[in-house]
Amino acid sequence: MARRAATLPILRRLADTAASVRLSPLLPKPDVPNARSVTYMPRPGDGAPRAVTLIPGDGIGPMVTGAVEQVMSAMHAPVYFEKYDVHGDMKRVPEEVIESIKKNKVCLKGGLKTPVGGGVSSLNVQLRKELDLYASLVNCFNLPGLPTRHEGVDIVVIRENTEGEYSGLEHEVVPGVVESLKVITKFCSERIAKYAFEYAYLNNRKKVTAVHKANIMKLADGLFLESCREVATKYPSIKYNEIIVDNCCMQLVSKPEQFDVMVTPNLYGNLVANTAAGIAGGTGVMPGGNVGADHAVFEQGASAGNVGNEKILDQKKANPVALLLSSAMMLRHLQFPSFADRLETAVKRIIMEGKVRTKDLGGDSTTQEVVDAVISNLD
Amino acid sequence: MAAQILRRVVGSRSTQILSSPANPTSVLPALARAFSSQTPIRATLFPGDGIGPEIAESVKQVFKAADVPIEWEEHYVGTEIDPRTQSFLTWESLESVRRNRVGLKGPMATPIGKGHRSLNLTLRKELNLYANVRPCYSLPGYKTRYDDVNLVTIRENTEGEYSGLEHQVVRGVVESLKIITRAASLRVAEYAFHYAKTNGRDRVSVIHKANIMQKTDGLFLKCCREVAEKYPEITYEEVVIDNCCMMLVKNPALFDVLVMPNLYGDIISDLSAGLVGGLGLTPSCNIGEGGIALAEAVHGSAPDIAGKNLANPTALLMSSVMMLRHLNFSDKAEQIQNAIVSTIAEGKYRTADLGGSSSTTEFTNAICNNL
Repeated sequence: MARRAATLPILRRLADTAASVRLSPLLPKPDVPNARSVTYMPRPGDGAPRAVTLIPGDGIGPMVTGAVEQVMSAMHAPVYFEKYDVHGDMKRVPEEVIESIKKNKVCLKGGLKTPVGGGVSSLNVQLRKELDLYASLVNCFNLPGLPTRHEGVDIVVIRENTEGEYSGLEHEVVPGVVESLKVITKFCSERIAKYAFEYAYLNNRKKVTAVHKANIMKLADGLFLESCREVATKYPSIKYNEIIVDNCCMQLVSKPEQFDVMVTPNLYGNLVANTAAGIAGGTGVMPGGNVGADHAVFEQGASAGNVGNEKILDQKKANPVALLLSSAMMLRHLQFPSFADRLETAVKRIIMEGKVRTKDLGGDSTTQEVVDAVISNLD
Repeated sequence: MAAQILRRVVGSRSTQILSSPANPTSVLPALARAFSSQTPIRATLFPGDGIGPEIAESVKQVFKAADVPIEWEEHYVGTEIDPRTQSFLTWESLESVRRNRVGLKGPMATPIGKGHRSLNLTLRKELNLYANVRPCYSLPGYKTRYDDVNLVTIRENTEGEYSGLEHQVVRGVVESLKIITRAASLRVAEYAFHYAKTNGRDRVSVIHKANIMQKTDGLFLKCCREVAEKYPEITYEEVVIDNCCMMLVKNPALFDVLVMPNLYGDIISDLSAGLVGGLGLTPSCNIGEGGIALAEAVHGSAPDIAGKNLANPTALLMSSVMMLRHLNFSDKAEQIQNAIVSTIAEGKYRTADLGGSSSTTEFTNAICNNL
């Protein structure tokens, strides 16, 4: 894990991420002029703007998606947004939104508030199920310049997103006794395991760790583990190990540098991703997304249902960094590698400088101030 | 830090009746014991496997040095399955805990094989240990990356995700049942608030995922709310589990007492232990029906260093301190706890897991000298 060692962190990171996209993208190295990697050769027509569905969402959502819109337009990025109003208290995601995502294949979204115990199911979960976005990915890493308790954190949590504890199957057996079903299938376990190993392979990651509680849930988590083991045999160059979820969380707060890629059932992934995000700098800076066979939805990496409080809203001080980095992920996904790099570099520069930071990172800047700083740092 | 120590001291000096509020009668014997401390109290001791006997020896030595009026009734895990318990634990061992109503348990390794229950599960089910209480606080002098931790996790221990009800629906599709009942939720919530009150704690946070599991975790929340109304002096809050994980690693000082269903409790209590230095340092106590208290070390039996006089007895010692508090021996508890804390803080005698080179015996002797 010494991969992100002290010297020239930005450059190293850039080199890493560039390597992760197998398209040999342009490498705008700001401090070494004219040093470019072998060029990215697009297909004719690749520069045509792409439509992206945009869901501003609730709470801080519109503020941070607004930040992304501003930065995208300042970069003249070849994307345009189809904006839809969706709110957490709706009964379901409107059909036109689903249609738009199906057409565009890519969506950027702010958080949708999930009401607790109001008989309304989570729209975040609904969207994932409807579009079969079976893999959730959160990238948790130390940002150079941002002091945290742990060094050397560089974890990707890949979480099964469609079944498990989030099956939504619950009922009252007799008064005072309720049951909730956790469903684990071979099909879903296998495809998430395959995705995790494929991700590790494509991004030059060395190890995949399966997180489970199979000592207690012998059948359910046992099936998950069995699927991971099978897929692991097909990737002999990637190290595979297993860890029990409670021990995993304990290790995360003591020796997080031991983890690389983690693959988990639904609920554990939620907890592990939030813990990992916390130790690496907070949910305000960690990018992520949900992806299926046909579609991808990019959002703040951890806590999609957490949309901030009134105070942050009133003062307009939400942290847009997580969603800006998620947008860089999105640009890379859309095969606009140079735009992705420019955005990522600009965001990392302002974190490194440390002058413009929102409150969760120890500063007192507004969302707009962060956006302006990012724009002025664009190459 | 100073404020926290002060608070701990004050908290532990206040009345310490840890028996279940659901069974008010059980308070009386506890009080009676406290006032007649001349006659020794019998407590069951399971030294356990691996390093268990060594660290149990350490507890016995410290108790002797501190002149604690406890008479241990030692029970070992059997070599054959007792048909009455379907486990390697004998009926007599369980009866001993039921009779004494208080016990201390070292690490136990369940032998691999079929036809018997895991040892911990046997104890939990047979003694109806419904709440697992684990205080986690930063030990002065032992530096971790988190230095402002002072929280208590209280975990429902009998149902939830660990119901053990699983089946294959069709090939390749498996279901596991999470059971939440009103009775069990109320019981653990009652205990959590009772604990907060008797230990001078101000706040109880219930940890849940009711935004997704609306009925099961919803019921748990509802029960906690009902109990919270009876304790207006204690601040009550609800925190979603994923947010709780994030807050714990960002700023653990935000939490005081946490109460939660089984799986969340398992994860959060281990995470919290990780914040202050791991399972080798954190105590644990299980509360059962009728005021039974079984304190235990939750770490593994470490067979690789067993018998080498290298084990760290801190977790079991701290657990024995919890047991003493339960028995209302607050002064003795305080005395022993201070001795442990100052021995670790001095740093002269530390076991290998804390970066020292002392043996179990040297560490224990140092504690006895610090009493």
